[in-house]
Amino acid sequence: MAKEKKGVRLEHISKIYQDPKTKKDFYAVRDTTLDIEPGSFVTLLGPSGCGKTTTLRMIAGFESPDEGEIYLGGEPINALTPNRRDTAMVFQSYALLPHYNIFDNVAYGLKLRKLDKAQIREKVTGILKLVGLEGMESRMTNQLSGGQQQRVALARALVLEPGVLLFDEPLSNLDAKLRVSMRTEIRRIQQEAGITAVYVTHDQSEAMAISDKIIIMEKGVVAQMGTPQEIYYHPDSEFVADFIGEANFLRGTLVSRDGTDGVVEIGGSRVAVCDIRQQKAGDNCTLVLRPEAAVIADKGQLPCRVVLSCFMGSYQNYHVMVGDTLVKITDFNPKNKKIYSVGDEAFVAFETESVHVL
Amino acid sequence: MARTQSADLDRKKFFADPVMVTTIAVLIAFLSLFILYPLAILLVDSFVTDNGLTLDVFRRIMGMSNFRRAISNTLKVGFLVGIASALIGLLFAYVEVYVRLRTRFMEGLFRVVSMLPVVSPPFVLSLSMIMLFGKAGIVTRYLLHIYDNSVYGFWGIAIVQTLTFFPVCYMMMKGLLKNIDPSLEEAARDMGASRWKVFTSVTLPLVLPGLGNAFLVTFIESIADFANPMIIGGSYDTLATTIYLQITGAYDKEGASAMAVVLLCITLFMFILQKYWLEAKSTATLTGKASRERMLITDRSVTLPLTILCSLLAVFVIVMYICVPFGALFRTWGYDFHLTTKWFQQVFKRYKGLKAFKDSFVLSLIASPITALLSMIISYLVVKRKFRARGFIEAVSMLAMAVPGTVLGIGYIRGFSSGVFRTGFLQGLYGTGAILIIVFVVRSLPTGTRSGISALRQIDKSIEESAYDMGADSFRVFMTVTLPLIKDSFLSGLVTAFVRSITAISAIILLVTPQYLLITVQINEFAEKGAYGIACAFATILIAITYGSVLLMNLVIRYFGTSRKFEEE
Ligand SMILES: Nc1ncnc2c1ncn2[C@@H]1O[C@H](COP(=O)(O)OP(=O)(O)OP(=O)(O)O)[C@@H](O)[C@H]1O
Ligand SMILES: [Mg+2]
Repeated sequence: MAKEKKGVRLEHISKIYQDPKTKKDFYAVRDTTLDIEPGSFVTLLGPSGCGKTTTLRMIAGFESPDEGEIYLGGEPINALTPNRRDTAMVFQSYALLPHYNIFDNVAYGLKLRKLDKAQIREKVTGILKLVGLEGMESRMTNQLSGGQQQRVALARALVLEPGVLLFDEPLSNLDAKLRVSMRTEIRRIQQEAGITAVYVTHDQSEAMAISDKIIIMEKGVVAQMGTPQEIYYHPDSEFVADFIGEANFLRGTLVSRDGTDGVVEIGGSRVAVCDIRQQKAGDNCTLVLRPEAAVIADKGQLPCRVVLSCFMGSYQNYHVMVGDTLVKITDFNPKNKKIYSVGDEAFVAFETESVHVL
Repeated sequence: MARTQSADLDRKKFFADPVMVTTIAVLIAFLSLFILYPLAILLVDSFVTDNGLTLDVFRRIMGMSNFRRAISNTLKVGFLVGIASALIGLLFAYVEVYVRLRTRFMEGLFRVVSMLPVVSPPFVLSLSMIMLFGKAGIVTRYLLHIYDNSVYGFWGIAIVQTLTFFPVCYMMMKGLLKNIDPSLEEAARDMGASRWKVFTSVTLPLVLPGLGNAFLVTFIESIADFANPMIIGGSYDTLATTIYLQITGAYDKEGASAMAVVLLCITLFMFILQKYWLEAKSTATLTGKASRERMLITDRSVTLPLTILCSLLAVFVIVMYICVPFGALFRTWGYDFHLTTKWFQQVFKRYKGLKAFKDSFVLSLIASPITALLSMIISYLVVKRKFRARGFIEAVSMLAMAVPGTVLGIGYIRGFSSGVFRTGFLQGLYGTGAILIIVFVVRSLPTGTRSGISALRQIDKSIEESAYDMGADSFRVFMTVTLPLIKDSFLSGLVTAFVRSITAISAIILLVTPQYLLITVQINEFAEKGAYGIACAFATILIAITYGSVLLMNLVIRYFGTSRKFEEE
């Protein structure tokens, strides 16, 4: 596709809604600044009600921001109506036009752009091939499975060669297996077409699997933006750490610091850490420890007592108490390892690089 | 925290769409000019006299004993008709939903009863009432040998209106009863309650607000009804007929205006009560869809009396309707029962029947697509778009539902006979076919809008958004997505508007000029003169036309309709 890729930029965007019950205004999105690079796949991720859909709909033009300006490929687009914006949206409910067949659904936008018949046919056929629906042109939308409808919705958006593709939880109506294969599919097609994509989901594994960058939102504000690895390994806050994957939080005090390295004391035990950011010696801090990043051993950094030990097949699931804190540990491939049982005293062991200091 | 920027942007986006802006502007102008303005002018007429703002006119009309009597007459009739219709409607609905109807025949009866009032002009029952029970009535004179029975007056109106309006209640109550979860009643039965006890302690309380709603709807219909009191009322005048006589007989325009204001206030009050209090309440208690099939009552001691009662009533109603074509086929009703076609011949030869049918037909035919399209546009704007004037548009088009035809007619006379605000502006409209068409449109708009709104509410809003997103402007979205998706509602709106227009009388009778002959006006005229043969002949043909168009609509929907295609796969 020859068209230039466009980036999206949100500058201090806010959206205010009125709560229908209390009649009070509140920020659904607050002072959000984002830079989405051309050709990248960016996911908005966050709990229900955090403002993902609202952000996406402001980019599409269905909602108008109360503060700030949105740029598409460098142009401010605040005042443009959705039909004049170079965006195309894939809806959660697919929103196919039920009175048209597949071909006409995909051709709808092209007809509005006054392309001639042959051109339309060529483009539609091409795009249907890309999404794996060739030969189904004359089916009605209700003669398709959910996954196929999803492909039509995608084809219909792609065929317009928009500057940016918008997805609002496009896979949430599909069953788990199909979700996994469709997300790979969406990623492949986006790469092939080289289109900028903004994708909304509340499924973290989907976000991880599909995105170049993930934007975590919390109550209308951006909590963190980064690659999946950055978000997972270096969360900026407990909220992010907890939201993406599972996390154990260990409270302690930074006792000494040397460059970015240091020592944290947790309940009398000393733990070496690295990558310390702003904390000084004497500050309280929290260690984030992923369950799969630690093991139970006879020797280690933190003494603990096992309170749950459960065989799950691919891993052994432990709950242990470190002082008053419950720590979850998943020990993968436990076949030839020592299995601790409830009541055992042991140690939590991990590599220095595996803990992240907040 | 200020929402000014989004408001500004929304306004900009709104004005970037000239078709929509124009449509809304035209719509607002239309609604203001043809619904609000005529009502406003009535207020001006009745409050403003040479001495400025006074209550003189009201004092004067309240001094008229016939007006005071008309008020109490109207309320009495409305009350009785409302209660009777709601109860009979409930009976029919209960039998249909709860009782096993043994036969095809019974089902057919029920269908016919719910269908008849849709296709017939509002006043045919008055005709047949007179022909069956009047002085020369078949039943009274020939079966019972009563020679001086009078059907004119309170009971005549009440019976005829009840029979005309109860099917509407029946349909309303049916919808409610179907939504009651059967397990509620079965639980009560399980605990040992008798059927009657279940009905009074579970079913009835659940549908009571709905019953009240049906009562009010009928009450409004009854007090707004013009034709039945006109034909069968005799000297028993209601508000609608009194207003009519005040302006056509006494030429008292201010008085008629003030009376119209009084009538409007009553219907408006009832309407607001119904709309904002009972309508919400009547469905609030019954949100859940029935979880499974209901066990129908088969107990003979219950089914038999109920079935018989309903059948008798249904048969009675049907006989009343059948009476009309026969009335047109007998030489002299009540005296000479030889079959003849002379009335039909006279309709066409002596009384310019062809012109009457042509005028009615053409005017209604023009009005119905306008109404249907307008109501779909209004529903689209109300349901799918956000803009400042939306509330206004919705409110005014619903308000039209509460305005009795007679009131509207007087408003048009006062508002347009010497131009808008007596300036001569648009004076050319008065007395033309155009104003008749406008009245037809205004009178059918609320029904069409209501059905359009409920049809549109079922459509996922993202379907239209997706079209918008792909580059269609509002006009394209409406034409290529919205309208095709509510095609059924549009088609039935088309026919409903046609049927309502061609059978309309209350407002039109005040505005029609000799240049146009309208069937309903003719029927009314001949019925009043006692020329029942001619009136019946006119009415028969009218029913044939309306019934034909309803059949046609069902056919069209069957072959071109959308909903069937969606459901089947
Ligand atoms: N039209 C509206 N009027 C008032 N409040 C709204 C409106 N639309 C959304 N909201 C509110 O704004 C907040 C953000 O909504 P939004 O739909 O963006 O959430 P979301 O992140 O997409 O959630 P989900 O994952 O559940 O889809 C919510 O509190 C929601 O109730
Ligand atoms: Mg959402």
